[in-house]
Amino acid sequence: MEAVFLTFVFVLAIFLGFELISKVPSTLHTPLMSGSNAISGITMIGAIATLKGDHHAFAIVLGTLAVVFATINVVGGYAVTNRMLEMFKKKEQGGAK
Amino acid sequence: MSTSFLAINFAYVISAALFIFGLKMLSSPATARRGNLVSAVGMLLAIVVTLFTQGLDYKWILVGVIIGTAVGLVAAYKVEMTSMPEMVALFNGFGGLASMLLAWAEYHQNPELSVFIGIVASLSAFIGGVTFSGSMVAFGKLSEMIPGKAVVFKGQHLINAGILLAVLAATVLFAANSEGLYGVFILIVIIALIFGVTSVIPIGGADMPVVISLLNSYSGLAACAAGFVIGNNILIVAGALVGASGIILTKIMCKAMNRSLANVLFSGFGATTAKSAGDGPQGEVKPATAEDVYCILEAASSVAFVPGYGLAVAQAQHVTRELGDLLEANGAEVLYAIHPVAGRMPGHMNVLLAEANVPYDQLIEMDDINPRMDSIDVCVVIGANDVVNPAALNDESSSIYGMPIIETHRAKTVIVLKRSMKPGFAGIENALFYGENTRMYFGDAKASIQALVAEFKSAD
Repeated sequence: MEAVFLTFVFVLAIFLGFELISKVPSTLHTPLMSGSNAISGITMIGAIATLKGDHHAFAIVLGTLAVVFATINVVGGYAVTNRMLEMFKKKEQGGAK
Repeated sequence: MSTSFLAINFAYVISAALFIFGLKMLSSPATARRGNLVSAVGMLLAIVVTLFTQGLDYKWILVGVIIGTAVGLVAAYKVEMTSMPEMVALFNGFGGLASMLLAWAEYHQNPELSVFIGIVASLSAFIGGVTFSGSMVAFGKLSEMIPGKAVVFKGQHLINAGILLAVLAATVLFAANSEGLYGVFILIVIIALIFGVTSVIPIGGADMPVVISLLNSYSGLAACAAGFVIGNNILIVAGALVGASGIILTKIMCKAMNRSLANVLFSGFGATTAKSAGDGPQGEVKPATAEDVYCILEAASSVAFVPGYGLAVAQAQHVTRELGDLLEANGAEVLYAIHPVAGRMPGHMNVLLAEANVPYDQLIEMDDINPRMDSIDVCVVIGANDVVNPAALNDESSSIYGMPIIETHRAKTVIVLKRSMKPGFAGIENALFYGENTRMYFGDAKASIQALVAEFKSAD
């Protein structure tokens, strides 16, 4: 039953994603990619939850590596997206036009 | 179900809502930056509440978070805007890798998986692995560490088909009896890593916007599959949003090249279709000097810049903006017309021009500039080729026939900045260069535009 429930969530989220993303203008496609990249770093919370105290070494190695790469994704992704979006400006007030 | 478990999961619902709001705010450049922050807050919330899970080993979490944060911040603040495609490719890869490792760690701890979890665990490992190695190849191609052109070898499709069949068999085997088949899981991981390489290596440089979008989608789907493995809704929702985003971008890119996804993935474009259209364009190339170009621009009342990958290579975005400003001061209307696949990733040119302080209301999409092209006095094509090739409209034998282009040939005058007469990525001649109203301005894009800026300044 849980499989059905999770699939249900998945399908709805896919449709929601299509709706949301098709409204993003092409000007913002690069920040969209890096921003959604950061969101896919959500794996990080799964990785954190696998790191429990009572496990043997190899599982800890795998889990820690997963945390490292997912954190790069989250932190780097949001930071670089913010840096890019900062540059998108409207024409400054009182300009030529 | 304990209270803390419930509280954590309710917090995840809030995170999911924040991700959705964040993406919604990306629909306008005016709200986009706040949208990104909203999304980041959602992520922070999800991470913080996860830390309240009982029995966590904080030592290793801290180690992972510190290393990841340091690497991520350095990468995010050091990267040049022109290198953004490489950066995104790399991040895509890391996302895939993290999902693969997560599925592995989970399986390692609880080797007894149900059939359903067995299937999603192998999917997670496979998609994650393909995303990782595929992104590394894409990264190598974009940063020119490996040849950017399509590498095609004999029996490529057969090998790839064989690999997919092998994975399918391994998944079935693994799902049926996960506990005793650790080796099969490792095999799936290895096959995935190989498949990522063999499926991306035949794709050429200018098709990279499609590949990056697709890998972006995979990285989301890998997170999604990992979410199924650990039964976590927030991973599924976030992963599905990213997956959908990547699929839409892939579709837009394919449409902008008038090619199917299958054609991009399997044809090795650029390696196999090097020649077409026998006799080539007629006419005469009319080279222009900086002074000639200055005279044309000086008299123009509307100018549209059409940038391509060459602008990024020459790092000419800042001088282009400077020239644009001078033209505006001279009374001309200045626009920047951007083809969806110009550059090496979706939106590449927009980011470069934004970096050079071009206001986003001057960045015009292809579909908006074409209807008014006849009234534009001068089009300045900077390092673009195939996306302005009229053969796409009128030469049915051309390999790019049917691709939507920026119809610069309809402007009153076209100035093409180019290093030489070498054809572009598609390897075909461009009739635009021989056009009645076209002047070729040869040289490095940056130096050429600098010369024009100097002309304008000395005229004052």
